[in-house]
Amino acid sequence: MLITCPYCGPRDVIEFTYQGDGNRERPQPASQDLDAWNAYVYDRLNPAGDHSEIWQHSGGCRAHLRVVRNTITHEILSTEFARGGHKSADNRAEDRP
Amino acid sequence: MAEYSAFSLLKNALTGNKDWKPAWRKPDPKASYDVIVIGGGGHGLSTAYYLAKEHGITNVAVLEKGWLGSGNVGRNTTAVRSNYLLPQNTRFYEHSMKLWENLSHDLNYNVMFSQRGCLNLAHTPAQLDDYARRGNAMRHLGVDAELMNVDQIKRLVPALDVSGSARFPVLGGLMQPRAGTARHDAVAWGYARGADRRGVDIIENCEVTGFLRDGGRITGVTTTRGEIRAKKVALAVAGSTGHVMQLAGISHMPIESHVLQAFVSESLKPIVDTVLTFGMGHFYISQSDKGGLVYGGDLDGYNSYAQRGSLPIVDEVMSEMLALFPGLARVRMLRSWGGLCDMTMDGSPIITTGPLPGMYLNCGWCYGGFKATPASGWCFAHTIAKDEPHEFNAPFTLDRFYRGLIIDDKGQGANPRLH
Repeated sequence: MLITCPYCGPRDVIEFTYQGDGNRERPQPASQDLDAWNAYVYDRLNPAGDHSEIWQHSGGCRAHLRVVRNTITHEILSTEFARGGHKSADNRAEDRP
Repeated sequence: MAEYSAFSLLKNALTGNKDWKPAWRKPDPKASYDVIVIGGGGHGLSTAYYLAKEHGITNVAVLEKGWLGSGNVGRNTTAVRSNYLLPQNTRFYEHSMKLWENLSHDLNYNVMFSQRGCLNLAHTPAQLDDYARRGNAMRHLGVDAELMNVDQIKRLVPALDVSGSARFPVLGGLMQPRAGTARHDAVAWGYARGADRRGVDIIENCEVTGFLRDGGRITGVTTTRGEIRAKKVALAVAGSTGHVMQLAGISHMPIESHVLQAFVSESLKPIVDTVLTFGMGHFYISQSDKGGLVYGGDLDGYNSYAQRGSLPIVDEVMSEMLALFPGLARVRMLRSWGGLCDMTMDGSPIITTGPLPGMYLNCGWCYGGFKATPASGWCFAHTIAKDEPHEFNAPFTLDRFYRGLIIDDKGQGANPRLH
């Protein structure tokens, strides 16, 4: 399986660390909403089909990526920086802090 | 009931083996049943068997989307053990072990249960201390466990590299002598025949495509072979739990589906007569009666419904095997395959009523489902028949994650791929 990192280009899956379901919403740190925290920690969307998930390029640029991948075929449909804004290596300077 | 005996073997041998009956019927689905079990794997079939045998509920259908035994019951590495640390797990898996010990007699079907022992190797002093603690916890609950030193291990498995120059020197190990292996196909066939003979309809090539409801209550299923109604609908679909629960309108579960690969080598003369696990990675190996080494390692590590894995794990598993057995470097791999694992957030299973009215849920087997097959069905049948859990599965609820009652044997936290 190859994942195309927006910085580094297509790289083997062994360079990446899987961080799971990318649809979870972390409550505000001060939140006392137990249901929201429980959902964040324990609940996962686990579809047979397209899945939006977070990977880190831990063996490369260490960027966190949002990858849409099909869990039946393992086909990767899109890759972008998890925090958004960036789409490709070409425009990476635009959003740099 | 004893269809298989020395006499029947001899009689059929003399008559050209033409009179054997099929082990189970191929019925068309009826319009309704008392109980529908979704999933014709080991757990679904054993659930149906114990519903009929222990609770007298025989108006039962088992719905299987493919052919019987095409899922995890035929894809696992056949190890059976009850060497857990936490008492909830130990009690449940020890109950399973006791059912295993009498299973061939109970089913009148030889499941080839072989109590050849399971040895966990330790490679650091801390790990050996940890194993001693786990062994003590097991013995405290009446389960057999023995700490072995290097000399004992060398005598037990002469092919193992126990030299100080090994990449990860072996310092000792924890042995459960009553653990072992069983022939996984025979487990599926034996339970199927036992359930069928008690009146259960086993319906193959019948995929569930949705659920019938009356208000909030589940009253049946729609399938590729039509609608089937039932008073109770029980799910035992392992790796497909997330998908089937979505059909019921529940999108989020404390479960991720992952793919786990397994491997068989060419046949060798006997070289490992126990189940051996590597402590410095994740690797386990045993030898089948045909002589093939049966082994596996870690999950591929990302959500998958594909029943096939990728090459990095193949490389890792082979490396781990050679770290233990350098002498196997020239042995050729015969086959590899993948199965779907329903990984929970604490590594322990779920056997419970609900979560919807009329529904019963059996899932979350991670990669320990095969050894649980008898107790899983036994406890699930009790839960379905009585509408409340047996004490053995009472801790394995769905809401334990939200109530601070997780059962995390490995202490990995809510990170399913690490359990």
